[in-house]
Amino acid sequence: MSKAIITVVGKDTVGIIARVCTFLADNQINILDISQTIVQGYFNMMMIVDITAADERFGALAEAIEKLGDEIGVKIKCQKEEIFTSMHRI
Amino acid sequence: MLNMFEVIETNNMIEQEKLDVRTITMGISLLDCSDSDLNAVNDKIYKKITTLAKDLVSTGESIEREFGIPIVNKRISVTPIALVGGAACRTPEDFVTIAQTLDRAAKEVGVNFIGGYSALVCKGMTAADENLIRSIPQALACTERVCSSVNVGSTKTGINMDAVNLMGEVVRQTAEATKEEDSLGCAKLVVFCNAPDDNPFMAGAFHGVTEADAIINVGVSGPGVVKVALEKARGQNFEVLCETIKKTAFKITRVGQLVAQEASRRLGIPFGIIDLSLAPTPAVGDSVAEILEEIGLERVGAPGTTAALAMLNDQVKKGGVMASSYVGGLSGAFIPVSEDQGMIDAVTLGALTIEKLEAMTCVCSVGLDMIAIPGDTPATTIAGIIADEAAIGMVNQKTTAVRVIPVIGKGVGDTVEFGGLLGYAPVMPVNTYSCEKFVTRGGRIPAPIHSFKN
Repeated sequence: MSKAIITVVGKDTVGIIARVCTFLADNQINILDISQTIVQGYFNMMMIVDITAADERFGALAEAIEKLGDEIGVKIKCQKEEIFTSMHRI
Repeated sequence: MLNMFEVIETNNMIEQEKLDVRTITMGISLLDCSDSDLNAVNDKIYKKITTLAKDLVSTGESIEREFGIPIVNKRISVTPIALVGGAACRTPEDFVTIAQTLDRAAKEVGVNFIGGYSALVCKGMTAADENLIRSIPQALACTERVCSSVNVGSTKTGINMDAVNLMGEVVRQTAEATKEEDSLGCAKLVVFCNAPDDNPFMAGAFHGVTEADAIINVGVSGPGVVKVALEKARGQNFEVLCETIKKTAFKITRVGQLVAQEASRRLGIPFGIIDLSLAPTPAVGDSVAEILEEIGLERVGAPGTTAALAMLNDQVKKGGVMASSYVGGLSGAFIPVSEDQGMIDAVTLGALTIEKLEAMTCVCSVGLDMIAIPGDTPATTIAGIIADEAAIGMVNQKTTAVRVIPVIGKGVGDTVEFGGLLGYAPVMPVNTYSCEKFVTRGGRIPAPIHSFKN
């Protein structure tokens, strides 16, 4: 399985999770885990998703989700999981 | 499973603390491009580089995008050209045509520097070596992306003082040949002792003759990350300080290892080494000097600087070695003056002198790096500076180098702007007493006693 991490940071507003999830569903990406908090009015979310079905077009996908973030007014990043596991797991 | 804290930590390192992979450098052997016909050599070199490295830049960019980690430079190092062009080049001008070919190939594949316009003369010079060295001023003046290096000494062989003396002249001539651009040519010329074969960092990168046909070497960076980590260890003892540096170096290096493996897999070229160097840039917060100041120095250059740097360098290695399967290259903290805002500030304030920088080079990688000196500094004095650094490298069994820029038409008090990653530098004073009779004696300094280990 090929996994990616999506992070969303920005000012809290209605429908952030809904729009991100709709985007993922439209692109056949399954969500494996979500954690989310609000710190001083700022929305912080991390998703672990399965990108096996979308691995080929990962670059385009990461760009599209970043653009979605611009539309909502939050910062969204989509990165392959390995950068985090290599740094934090021996 | 990963938690949010870890993910945020990594992304903060990238976004706020300027963590990046400084360079993916493809080493390419040009030994099979040798020929007695100069045109044939040039054709073969151009074809080999543009074939092997055609996907280097695009692969680097896709790794950047997928993992969200900036890869600042994609570069190429080649076999020392004195060896490749030896059979075809009869004059320095012949060698210059190869420099132009390298420049053309670099532009074609889109890399910003190509290293290996080099000669290895630590014991003696062949006619080809000498022709190449004499061609360096012209080669660097008429090309944009070619970097040159000359190895003039080693622990095993001693120091070739004829080459040292010649390099003093070549550095000056290079400065003259590029005086319209503040002697920028000298920023692309390094004089080494104990030069490593697998260094990915410019300007000193070349692909050694003991290496495979092609290889991927990666240089990591991250002074900003170390500095921020140390801010949390303020007032703590050395044990805590060292642990913090080691942990941070481990994390930084793991990113480099990931990028190196991915690049190697996608390009179908074996992974060589990770170079564990803390490489600063002129950007604020990306400075080795600032780390030393965070450790407790008012300004870099103050008493204690050498000890702090020795400790920093050692901890970076201890943390980094475990994070990578193969470590090589220069691996240590870089202390280039013009490329490090903290160093520039310390020089401007008078806290940091060339003599202190020389002491610092005893305990970290490289040497007197990116230092602007007065334009009227004699060639023999530059040769003396090179000899001093080479002696430090030879005796301490480490790499040392000199990359000084005698800025034609400028003196102490002036500032030189190199632009981009090369930054800017105040012209530093050099001891004006002569060493001419010493450097012009001719011959070699013999290998030190501790090199006889057989």
